[in-house]
Amino acid sequence: MKARVHVMLKNGVLDPQGEAVRHALGALGFDGVNGVRQGKVIELDLADGTTKGDVTAMCEKLLANTVIESFTVEMS
Amino acid sequence: MHAAVVVFPGSNCDRDLAVAFKAAGAKVSMVWHKDTALPSDVDIIGVPGGFSFGDYLRCGAIAANSPICRSVAAHAEKGGYVIGICNGFQVLTETGLLPGALLRNAGLKYICKTVGLKVETSSSPYTEGYNAGDVINIPIAHHDGNYFADDDTVAMLRGEDRVAFSYTDNPNGSRGDIAGILSGNRRVLGMMPHPERAADAGHGGTDGQALFRALSGVLSTA
Repeated sequence: MKARVHVMLKNGVLDPQGEAVRHALGALGFDGVNGVRQGKVIELDLADGTTKGDVTAMCEKLLANTVIESFTVEMS
Repeated sequence: MHAAVVVFPGSNCDRDLAVAFKAAGAKVSMVWHKDTALPSDVDIIGVPGGFSFGDYLRCGAIAANSPICRSVAAHAEKGGYVIGICNGFQVLTETGLLPGALLRNAGLKYICKTVGLKVETSSSPYTEGYNAGDVINIPIAHHDGNYFADDDTVAMLRGEDRVAFSYTDNPNGSRGDIAGILSGNRRVLGMMPHPERAADAGHGGTDGQALFRALSGVLSTA
């Protein structure tokens, strides 16, 4: 089984990389991009029986820093 | 004073920190990240600058979960002294020993230059060799030094006089110009600037010396 974890900076935390991407898109002539937020996707290949709760614990312990980041977990 | 300097794969200021401790009169032990125990009579642990584990995942995140960091946390929890510089500050926030987190510099660039720091408090074992309000010149060298904490945490740090140093001209977007903070018991210090790089006349500046000398004074009489 697999899990996909999305980690994003929380709203209200400045994302300078996202801002740089937004400026670059504007410079390329793509109008109307009001905001860009950059995060990361972590794919986990898991032993059968691993629960969403287990993956949530992994996120809280290591994969995300909950001071600045939020995360979502998709199991498949 | 017996100082232990933690060495992770990718640490690059470990020997500079050891030299600064020694110059202040300390006995220094280097401790590898896979070690689980610290020398029993250690007074202070130094978590040095560098790029531990290649900054993978987040700066300091992998190091914060390494075996030695459990001993560092235990040392701090029983009232021991810990100083984290640059990557070491990032490690200490990731372990939860200090509040907040270090984000990418607001200007996105890696910054390597000497900056002015205002000493915000002389009431700590690290800063008692300065006067509150002194401005000292200390080098920074980081890509992720933009201190972030929520408004309540920043207010708490200010209210409890736990901001040790602030930037006179904020280079990286840090909230409240914060460059270094203390734990509640004032024995854990995390700071992005490098006092160990301004501790010898050959460095071009000696404003960092007073930090190591103050520590030595506190820990040699303890």
